Amino acid sequence: MGFKPDLTRHDVTPKGLYLNRRQIMAGAGGLALAGLGGRRAMAQDLEPNTLEEISGYNNYYEFGTGKDDPAKYAHMLTTSPWSIEVGGMVDKPGDYSMEDILSGVDIEERIYRFRCVEAWSMVIPWNGFELNQLLEQVGVQSGAKYVAFETAYRPDEMPGVKFPVVEWPYVEGLRLDEAMHPLTIMATGIYGEPIPNQNGAPIRLVVPWKYGFKSIKSIVKITLVDEEPPTTWNKANAREYGFYSNVNPTVDHPRWSQATERVIGGGIFAARKDTLMFNGYEDQVASLYEGMDLSENY
Amino acid sequence: MTPVAQTINGWTRKVPAWPLYILAVIPPALLFYKGVVGTLGIDPVKEMEHQIGLYGLQVLIATMCVTPLRRFTGINLIKYRRALGLITFFYITCHLSVWLFLDVQIWSQIWADIVKRPYITIGMGAFILMIPLAVTSNNWSIRKLRKNWTKLHKLIYPAVLLGGIHFLLLRKGIQLEPLIYLTIIVVLLVLRLPPIAQRRTARA
Repeated sequence: MGFKPDLTRHDVTPKGLYLNRRQIMAGAGGLALAGLGGRRAMAQDLEPNTLEEISGYNNYYEFGTGKDDPAKYAHMLTTSPWSIEVGGMVDKPGDYSMEDILSGVDIEERIYRFRCVEAWSMVIPWNGFELNQLLEQVGVQSGAKYVAFETAYRPDEMPGVKFPVVEWPYVEGLRLDEAMHPLTIMATGIYGEPIPNQNGAPIRLVVPWKYGFKSIKSIVKITLVDEEPPTTWNKANAREYGFYSNVNPTVDHPRWSQATERVIGGGIFAARKDTLMFNGYEDQVASLYEGMDLSENY
Repeated sequence: MTPVAQTINGWTRKVPAWPLYILAVIPPALLFYKGVVGTLGIDPVKEMEHQIGLYGLQVLIATMCVTPLRRFTGINLIKYRRALGLITFFYITCHLSVWLFLDVQIWSQIWADIVKRPYITIGMGAFILMIPLAVTSNNWSIRKLRKNWTKLHKLIYPAVLLGGIHFLLLRKGIQLEPLIYLTIIVVLLVLRLPPIAQRRTARA
């Protein structure tokens, strides 16, 4: 693939430093920038969040609706062994173990902006592989137009599923071209370590130009289909959550503005930041939606 | 009246209401302090905003419990009711201030939110209904307004209902905690419906 992300591994704070990054960044900033001549201007003010922030502030309703519930309860989830049932319009359907999947893909680091539909944001240094690699491995048949994903549903390990906050199991979907896009990854790690359970271990989707809830966690099932698959938040409230859910500062959520976001980690007096079209990935993904009315297809 | 109620009423005769005003400052002061030093979790602004809003709703519910408590159990906490009402207003004012100055920050967006977002419109409505109540929570106003004072203070009923709905609507999906609060609020309101309120009074 000719794709080059605008953030590279040089944007990640070295592992030894990230736990007390804030003390170190001030001094190291000048040094770090000196080594990053080719970086795009927009990327320069991006600073990955700490692991504590990334793994301590999550929406993963299977473990409770509080932002700290996933960190408290997600350890209950058994993540090994793990397999994904791949089916639908593929040449090689079947149960793919994590080992099968990881043997056929290239893991790399991707530092992405992460924008929640609730108007907060982080920057996360993921480790993962492009979803298109997995899809090529299983052989997508010509009639397939969408990819449907499903999260594990385990009442014994997920205390939150007792409450019908949304319909379980959690399901999500992408159009095939979105799924094949080089920015779309399956993440298995953060900061070079295995992904914490509360962030969607052992394997999750990351679609950086869409609101966070599209990036479905702890995936157990992937199905290639020819019709738009149902998605959890759209089923729960179609007026508020569309199938596309692209980050778009000009299309507000019915209950709040999407024009700006609170950057997690800035402290209580931090200013809000303007939300970027497609979360800052407009150059790479806008062509996918050419000719579509984005206020209709929100 | 039960012996328990008599004992409690005996105590309350000795305990004045004014210390409540001083104690009430502690929770928001603590929240603000923790926010500044960075021990309020990963999203301190939301934590502060939600926690102080929840305190406000809790104290408002406590305020609403005073009358039914006296009616059904004989426990008389009426001398603390004004303090509870004013503390509610103080907390909700803090809640609104955090939202205005630390959360949204942008005045054009604040106005757009108030007009366009039902849960914010509802929350602002509840706050506005409480302003005349806070302003008239003093002996001078009670004397001046006479019967109208009681009428005016019935505004607390729509205010608490709007507060409960505001809490329910701001969560993603239908969640348990705000439903519990809303249920308590509805029960407290139903207890004030003439058939129930009058029947119990007649029997007592």
